[in-house]
Amino acid sequence: MGINLKNASFEGWRRENGRMGVRNHVIILPVDDLSNAACEAVANNIKGALAIPHAYGRLQFGADLDLHFRTLIGTGTNPNVAGVVVIGIEPGWTGRIVEGIAKSGKPVEGFAIEQNGDINTIANASRAAYRMVKYASRLKKTRASMQELWVSTKCGESDTTSGLASCPTVGNSFDKLWENGNTLVFGETTELTGGEHLVAERCRTPEIRAQFQAMFDRYQRVVETNKTNDLSESQPTKGNIEGGLTTIEEKALGNIQKIGKKCLVDGVLDKAEEPTHSGLWFMDSSSAAAEMVTLCAASGFAVHTFPTGQGNVIGNPILPVIKLTANPRTQRTMSEHIDVDVTGLLQRQMNMDDAGEALLDCIIRTADGELTAAELLGHREFSLTRLYESA
Amino acid sequence: MTVHFCVHDEGDSVGVVVVEGIKSGQALNGWIMDQDKMITFNAKSDIPIGHKLAIRAISAGDTIIKYGIDIGKAVKEISAGEHLHVHNVKTKRW
Repeated sequence: MGINLKNASFEGWRRENGRMGVRNHVIILPVDDLSNAACEAVANNIKGALAIPHAYGRLQFGADLDLHFRTLIGTGTNPNVAGVVVIGIEPGWTGRIVEGIAKSGKPVEGFAIEQNGDINTIANASRAAYRMVKYASRLKKTRASMQELWVSTKCGESDTTSGLASCPTVGNSFDKLWENGNTLVFGETTELTGGEHLVAERCRTPEIRAQFQAMFDRYQRVVETNKTNDLSESQPTKGNIEGGLTTIEEKALGNIQKIGKKCLVDGVLDKAEEPTHSGLWFMDSSSAAAEMVTLCAASGFAVHTFPTGQGNVIGNPILPVIKLTANPRTQRTMSEHIDVDVTGLLQRQMNMDDAGEALLDCIIRTADGELTAAELLGHREFSLTRLYESA
Repeated sequence: MTVHFCVHDEGDSVGVVVVEGIKSGQALNGWIMDQDKMITFNAKSDIPIGHKLAIRAISAGDTIIKYGIDIGKAVKEISAGEHLHVHNVKTKRW
């Protein structure tokens, strides 16, 4: 076999800004926690509309508020989204998010609850959602070259099999996608601890290396300032330890296998920032699965690859999450969560190129519309990263 | 032939058990992946899938090597074939 990525293609939706999406969601997006109920009511009224409730958006300020806006605007702008209905408690911040998403050219309408109440807001927003789902259902799929697919990665509930096999499988596919000119991202800043020198060596220029190092060092200071022990059971997690990972250094060296052997780090991103060119990007981010995958979606990525050891079950509302495992116990006990089984690697029944090809094949099928395990099981974890307390 | 444990690099201190139900005293087949070599070893503990065994004798304070790189320090003496985990190895960071 062997997939020729130069000739490979997928069928998705070309959005107004030129980006290719692989899903066609109409989302009902709350500005704040208070607007979740109205968003859920709209999504209940209009079939095919998807509410994305979350816990934040009130009294945030400074860089934390900027990140809130960037994440919500990025989520609406993601090419897997055809149109957006935004609902907030008041019109000011609601309008700011509507304006941000409107820059992508896609349909977006905003509604505020104050001086209307939930019932009128839900009625008005439902009519907008009705029009938008009708519009989205008329859009035709078009074929695009594989190079146009943006692919993100982050692993979770890792164990020693992640570093032996499932993370290197992502690395094998990332090497091939990187050579093909795709746009790729990895992150998990604290989860590079003990292997940060390996990532620094892979940075394309001294400037990128210095930016990466500054992001890494800043996050180390957060740990050093707030820690009450060596973080065992948090990083590595209790599940990581159950799976045999002993130290953060061991976990990091497994994690870093996801960037393969050839890829260079072509740039760094702050949380939820959009890449400005193709290549492999490092995003300064939490290592908590739902937070990191939410940030990948907000940065514009269309398909996510997620190696797991012990069986993290995460999904995302708009970004299809492909899971792979090399742990035979996880494959035996949790197979409904796994899209690509690479357990054969550890028994020498499969080589790394075969595993990388199997993952690429799944990435292409997912881009063409095949549902992932997480989509079938209804996993829609949407977790906003917070930088500090609200005012 | 079943691979019972994998070793990333022949310079490593540890191997990773990749099958369920390894018992103390069991003869194990190990695959050294980077050099693509097979070795045999006897387990000295019951070791769960995913957990590590020492493949050389380790003294308290020694650096543990995996992937050819430092992954922490032993806080107790660990004999070859013994279970190596959070009870006898700690991070050098944080």
